Amino acid sequence: MIKIENLHARVEEKEILKGLNLTVNAGEIHAIMGPNGAGKSTLASVLAGREDFEVTEGSVDFDGEDLLEMDTEERAREGLFLAFQYPVEIPGVSNVNFLRTAINEIREHKGEDPISAKDFMAMVREKSALVELDAKLASRSVNEGFSGGEKKRNEIFQMAMLNPKLSILDETDSGLDIDALRIVANGVNKLKTKNNATIVITHYQRLLDYIVPDFVHVLFDGKIVKTGGKELALELEEKGYDWIKEELAAAH
Amino acid sequence: MAVIAENTVNFTKALAPTSLSVSKSNIEKAMYTLENSPLPTTRNEAWKYTRLVKIGKVKFQNTKATIASIDPYKIVESACTFVFVNGHFSAELSSRVIPAGVTCELLSELNEEIGTSVNLENELFNATNTAHLTGGIRITISAKTVVESPIQIIHVLKGDHVISNFRTIIKAEKFSKSAIVQGFFSEEGEVNFCNNITEVSVEDNAFLTIDKIQYESENSFHINTEEVQQAKNSNFTINTFTLNGGIVRNNLHINVNGENCESHLNGAYLLKNKQHVDNHSIVDHKVPNCESFELYKGVIDDNSTGVFNGKVYVRQDAQKINAFQSNGNVLLSDNATINSKPELEIYADDVKCSHGSTTGQLDEEAVFYLRARGLSEKSARQLMVSAFIGEVLNKVENEQVLDFIHGILRKRFDWNL
Amino acid sequence: MSNYTEDQLAKDLESQEYKFGFTSNFESDKAPKGLNEDIIRFISAKKEEPEWLLNHRLEAFAVWKSLVEPEWAHVQYTKPDFQDITYYAAPKQSKKYESWDDVDPEMKETMKKLGISLDEQQRLTGTNVAVDFVMDSVSVATSFKAKLNELGIIFCSFSEAVQDHPELVRAHMGTVVPTTDNFYAALNSAVFTDGSFCYIPKGVRCPMELSTYFRINEGGTGQFERTLVVADEGSYVSYLEGCTAPQRDENQLHAAVVELIAKDGAEIKYSTVQNWYPGDKDGKGGIFNFVTKRGICGTNSKISWTQVETGSAVTWKYPSCILKGDNSIGEFYSVAVTNNYQQADTGTKMIHLGKNTKSTIISKGISAGKSHNSYRGLVQIHKNASNARNFSQCDSLLMTDECGAHTFPYIECKNSSAKIEHEATTSKIGEDQIFYCKQRGISEEKAIGLIVNGYCKEVLNQLPMEFAVEAQKLLSISLEGSVG
Repeated sequence: MIKIENLHARVEEKEILKGLNLTVNAGEIHAIMGPNGAGKSTLASVLAGREDFEVTEGSVDFDGEDLLEMDTEERAREGLFLAFQYPVEIPGVSNVNFLRTAINEIREHKGEDPISAKDFMAMVREKSALVELDAKLASRSVNEGFSGGEKKRNEIFQMAMLNPKLSILDETDSGLDIDALRIVANGVNKLKTKNNATIVITHYQRLLDYIVPDFVHVLFDGKIVKTGGKELALELEEKGYDWIKEELAAAH
Repeated sequence: MAVIAENTVNFTKALAPTSLSVSKSNIEKAMYTLENSPLPTTRNEAWKYTRLVKIGKVKFQNTKATIASIDPYKIVESACTFVFVNGHFSAELSSRVIPAGVTCELLSELNEEIGTSVNLENELFNATNTAHLTGGIRITISAKTVVESPIQIIHVLKGDHVISNFRTIIKAEKFSKSAIVQGFFSEEGEVNFCNNITEVSVEDNAFLTIDKIQYESENSFHINTEEVQQAKNSNFTINTFTLNGGIVRNNLHINVNGENCESHLNGAYLLKNKQHVDNHSIVDHKVPNCESFELYKGVIDDNSTGVFNGKVYVRQDAQKINAFQSNGNVLLSDNATINSKPELEIYADDVKCSHGSTTGQLDEEAVFYLRARGLSEKSARQLMVSAFIGEVLNKVENEQVLDFIHGILRKRFDWNL
Repeated sequence: MSNYTEDQLAKDLESQEYKFGFTSNFESDKAPKGLNEDIIRFISAKKEEPEWLLNHRLEAFAVWKSLVEPEWAHVQYTKPDFQDITYYAAPKQSKKYESWDDVDPEMKETMKKLGISLDEQQRLTGTNVAVDFVMDSVSVATSFKAKLNELGIIFCSFSEAVQDHPELVRAHMGTVVPTTDNFYAALNSAVFTDGSFCYIPKGVRCPMELSTYFRINEGGTGQFERTLVVADEGSYVSYLEGCTAPQRDENQLHAAVVELIAKDGAEIKYSTVQNWYPGDKDGKGGIFNFVTKRGICGTNSKISWTQVETGSAVTWKYPSCILKGDNSIGEFYSVAVTNNYQQADTGTKMIHLGKNTKSTIISKGISAGKSHNSYRGLVQIHKNASNARNFSQCDSLLMTDECGAHTFPYIECKNSSAKIEHEATTSKIGEDQIFYCKQRGISEEKAIGLIVNGYCKEVLNQLPMEFAVEAQKLLSISLEGSVG
């Protein structure tokens, strides 16, 4: 589904991604872990097309298309979804209006007719139940006055509504209590099919108790330095990231 | 010409030309303004809420006087304290122990021409100050100097119909850090006029704080003009406390000329009887990446009037500016008036600017709550007022300055807190 | 990454050029250019006015001559040459229309282009908008007259009111905006040609929105209409006003006067969607919109102004409330958008005279292109206005680094029991918000539309439904391609 090769990216003069390789296939869940400052969120931003980051080298193939040549909204319309670490508030714009605009823009892109109001509302009811999001929140302004947990649930709700091919969850677990974490993870699990894929970016292993990854990657200093199964996450939790650094130092 | 003659100012007519070495061209400009500019009326936007007719009626003079002691006016204990009575230096009351790295020169002893950064065209009071300059001081804090205790300048007016045209020039050189305390007082005498200009230059990476206390008599006039230039990475703070005075006008003009500057403007005014206090400020952000914070609060009682006019300019290309401005007022009497005009003029887009202005009264619920806990009504109200003003007082770092202000609040406003 | 390019921007700007910029080909009945007593007599005679009204005009003209054009607003423009304006231009078939069928088909077409589909509205049962249509200076069609008559509501052109209800006009005209008020109000009082008049009798709740559409059509003309709304005790009316003008290279002057009178217990809701021609992208042409709007409130009454201002080259406009009666309420909700070289200096005055009076001011300014957008407002609490309350929120949104957003609030308080809160913010449109929308598949243009409409929601919510939809579209159109 997505194939990242030798990706280099920088913000202003600082190089953050330094040759990252990653392949994710349909039906897979990948976890990317790493210490603070390793480049985890940068990877998410670069894939989503944030303009503050400049890709200096490498390629990203997204279902046979050159992802880096696409605009942010094109990537989204092609099925790339980013659950933001810090979802932004948009005062005065209701969640419903926002999502309907998004869905219709995506449908238009695919040459489909706009969704009917009735179908849309039915979908809102169905999907908001998935993340136990109060249907009232759907009519409130996007993220405005939402608690931290509600914002994160709202991200997963949007993910459910937009039905993307590839979802990138950027530190979705940060700031969540155990109940909210469970709800968010549940939502993600229910949305999983053999045709879509998920990249979970996290600092802690905790989320991975609920969302079981097929692969765990360690991102360190702008590169993926270690890949393993779900047991690698447990190992990281136990030993911290220092042993990875030591291993790396030894290898050089 | 008849129209002008009618309005032409009289208050300078009895004054002798300055004996100081003010540059000839400045004197000429000032004289031109004095001869051609009428006293501003309330039709003039800058004076919309302040009537100057009373000032225009008085024929002021400048005389020398002596005072017995400086003790009542000493704000802080500082070995570097300059005392001016009616604008004239008082050697016996001053203490001229100058900290290392600092130069203090009396303008009356200066052998060079005195220039100015203030506008003399159409600005009547700047022109008066220039043409009839009584005295002044120039303080230079040399590069990298850190001055521990503040330099104190105390002004006392004494006698009837006395005007003091005074000029303070402060230059805080690169990487210096210093504090200046200014006090304005009056002793005996009627209808005095302090017309003061302070010119400040804060150079690269310098820190400068000015604490200013205005405590003249209720029938005096006070016009204070500060013209401040900030160079890059500098940090300038000015705290203005207006605790008495008949008509008081502060013109504070901060030019932020360099990037990465911080400017802090704080002010508190507590008015009663027929006082009229007008705080005008301009923060002019000419370059990017700067921050300014302005907080003025007033408590207005009896027949007094408070005026706040704060303006923030963000010039084109001055991106990434954060400018915050806040003015709060409490009216304690049915005859008190507040006119508040917080303004933003923004010509750049990547900015965060806000202003707020509130006018109200003490929270009666809170007063009741305090009384239910055993406080007298008077104490309860005082406590509420002090909490309101406290936000500004908290900005003052020098404890001695704070103590002095509290002393005045006890004396003039019967505070027993 | 395919960023929005200069070329695209240029293309977009061309394709979205003023969509109301068409002229209708009527023959018009024009007065010669220039302003003097004879012209005023000509206008008055044309309108077969009574003596008192002519005298009123002449007095106003004398006042006007003694005044100078105000310069305090934060706008710059070449002052109009008042002798180079045509003060009266009526479409030639200016006979009164008995029924909708009588209306000239071309006129109907014009209205259709403006989005006023009267035919449709009339066919649809239960649609509650009565429309008065003022083209250039003359009111040409008022619909729903019969239905309103039953309730005793008078809704007609100003000229008709002068003929049919002279006592009502005479008793109220100039009582809120005196001829001496300001330069443009004096000018209007001298040369006004038509406008709308509305009277709601005691205790009547007007069952439909009353609506006036203004259009300047003729070149070289000025439009000087007057609106007078009188809501008698305990009545209610919601009044809508829409404005458009054709595209012309010259600047045209629009100097209107609107007076609202809400008697004890009455409520007037006055909504404006102003889309006069703003000039082209180089700042050529466009309407000078110098308008005096003011309402006066009796006891327990309420006046609410809502305006969405996207048009005009220069706007100078401060819809105000005089809260004279105790417990009266004044509201001002405003969205002002400026793009290209537009300049707007707009805001409100809330004059609190009565006890327990309340006012709310919500102003949202959006500046794009090289435009300048200023909020100027006055909140004045008089000595006897105990327990007065005001809340003001003035926000400015900046879209480019060449535009300006300014805030000039005046707060004057002479009563110690007043509570006044004023807040203002100025910031750039949120890049992180745009990115968030784009990540959900929404194009940048649509994202800006969404964000701006959200930003203005508090104001748009005040508009009647039909107007709100139109206003939202207008906002998006006005800002297309405007992010720098």
